[in-house]
Amino acid sequence: MEPAHEALERSLRMSKRVDHAEASSRFIAAKDHIEFHDQRLWDLRQKRDRESEEIPEWQELRSLASAIKEHTLTHLADYLEQFEQNATKNGVRVHWAKDAAEHNQIVIDILSSHGVRTLVKSKSMLTDECEMGPFLGNRGIEIIETDLGERIQQLDGEPPSHIVVPAVHKLRTDVAQVFARTIGTDPKNSDVPYLAESQRRHTRPYYLKAEAGMTGANFAVAETGSVVVCTNEGNADLSVNLPKLYLASIGIEKIIPRVEHLGVFVRLLSRSALGSPITQITSHFRAPRDGTEMHVVLLDNGRSERLGMADFWYSLKCIRCGACLNTCPVYRRSGGLSYGATYSGPIGVIIDPTFNLRKYSSLPFASTLNGSCTHVCPVKINIHEQIFKWRQIIAERNQLPMVKKEAMKMAGKVLASPMLYRAAVKAANAGLEYLPRSMVYNPLNAWGRQREVPKTPGTTFREWYLKNRRNKK
Amino acid sequence: MSSREEILARVRKNQPASLPLPAVPMFDRHLPSLPATFKANLARMGGLYVDAPVDANLDALIRARFPDAKVICSAAPEVAGNRPIDGVREPGELDDVDVGVVRAGFGVAETGSVFLTEAQFKVNALGFLSQHLVVLLDTKDIVPNLHHAYQHRDFFEAKYAVFMTGPSATADIEGVLIRGAQGIRSLTVIPHQRSLQSCSNTSQYRPTDPGPATEV
Repeated sequence: MEPAHEALERSLRMSKRVDHAEASSRFIAAKDHIEFHDQRLWDLRQKRDRESEEIPEWQELRSLASAIKEHTLTHLADYLEQFEQNATKNGVRVHWAKDAAEHNQIVIDILSSHGVRTLVKSKSMLTDECEMGPFLGNRGIEIIETDLGERIQQLDGEPPSHIVVPAVHKLRTDVAQVFARTIGTDPKNSDVPYLAESQRRHTRPYYLKAEAGMTGANFAVAETGSVVVCTNEGNADLSVNLPKLYLASIGIEKIIPRVEHLGVFVRLLSRSALGSPITQITSHFRAPRDGTEMHVVLLDNGRSERLGMADFWYSLKCIRCGACLNTCPVYRRSGGLSYGATYSGPIGVIIDPTFNLRKYSSLPFASTLNGSCTHVCPVKINIHEQIFKWRQIIAERNQLPMVKKEAMKMAGKVLASPMLYRAAVKAANAGLEYLPRSMVYNPLNAWGRQREVPKTPGTTFREWYLKNRRNKK
Repeated sequence: MSSREEILARVRKNQPASLPLPAVPMFDRHLPSLPATFKANLARMGGLYVDAPVDANLDALIRARFPDAKVICSAAPEVAGNRPIDGVREPGELDDVDVGVVRAGFGVAETGSVFLTEAQFKVNALGFLSQHLVVLLDTKDIVPNLHHAYQHRDFFEAKYAVFMTGPSATADIEGVLIRGAQGIRSLTVIPHQRSLQSCSNTSQYRPTDPGPATEV
């Protein structure tokens, strides 16, 4: 059971509203960081474009991927049972967890009954979602995150800031500081190959001594009961192929019906994520090695509820490629940590409120609704439309922050009346010209906080129209 | 009610009205030239392709390419190496392997990947604990794209199946590409005709050709 103080801490964390704009201002203040972050992610977006353009059937693959996911989600119960049946036949033990607490309890029970003290783990958003790290840590399990980016974040006491590249908000000099503090590298040496090699050498003994390995899953195939993991570093396969105990944590929406569907999804995944034709290593774990055990934990944690939300169930199609993060101007200029949630960026904006509407009520406003996220999504989730729908729900349920609400009320009145609108435009034009900056960029104008207000034209459209067109008849 | 029943009941209650499952074509229209495309994509992903004469002494070739290697462990019948894999009881014993050698089940032109299972590795960790990996591939065993690759029966029968595409890699620090992340530092493909005792080939598709079982 979860001790009282942990439960209290968790509920406090759960109830505090995330202020995305405030949190991102800290990141924005570090100029070299924000510029690099913006460029690096835009580079990933461009690589994705180049790679997808090389595939003549790209759009057809997106349509297929979307349709396969929609079919699966509308028959999810049957496919979950089929997966369980086939995995069990293969000698895999399947567990079901309705929430994060049950997931963590199942994991600690398996680890304890095998006398596990050290767990090597590849990257999994799902275990972050369950806050499994601190839970196991408090029970004496040493967890080694083995993905380089995830390990940097673990050693720095931070959650990952990006689904695919967890430490993308850090510069090499930041990593040098973290590694110097924690694994004894030279603090003055921020050479990237040196840092990566240091982590390789530091991590390797753990693969040899760990009693258990753990991964998430990119896909779970109902037809064969297989768990599919797509990685680049070799860490997942070291984590699974050395210890005698393997655990995979899988969200119930990761099921796909057949092996042949992997052809569609694997072709899309890494091209969308990193702009490479496939991840360096694409692994299919169907059954435990001889003399070892394999466990699968199927986690719900709100997914079955989301499945029943008419406007929002499409978000369950997500294959966590991160393309929508890389293309999002708000994400690129605010950093993943400013979302205060496991899932950041556009996909996070539409998933997080289903976990906790109050806590994440500011996130759907971290968007310009430009639709680029929808455009790059390999499974065609209508992300920007869902963001807009969340705004409506949040406004209806009265979860708008006060300043935004007052500004909206005023805007509503002004926009509803042509006379007021004309007067306001005139006044604003005059005002912007003559007002001191401090009046325009003040705390009550949330819009002006991160942006330059555009230069106003000399005449309004109405003035131009009256002068040039009206009299021409 | 158990969590299992609770979850399944809630999923059944909430899942939207049934939508159809589309058929997945094989996308045969734009099939690439197999060995050339395989080579190009392997190179892009950081792998090496080393041609060898038909009658090449593979052991000598590998020694020449890795002059500093102390331990060469081969799971391929065509290469002897100096550390017999059959004697390995725990995967951790492969920690000191400099060069691992395996024969791929097949290759994928679209991605430059080689396909391997426990039948080829004998000890799966050989593909990850070794510092370098040499992969023998019969160029007749190259399929055009992943749709073709996923027809292979090993996905239904092998306990462990993996596409390896070049060496392990990371770009987690400032996007700087590092080849040799935590697994192998290099992957070398040597085209070499499959002998009779090698265990896998691309004719073993399902469901049209059930063929013999592949596990040895």
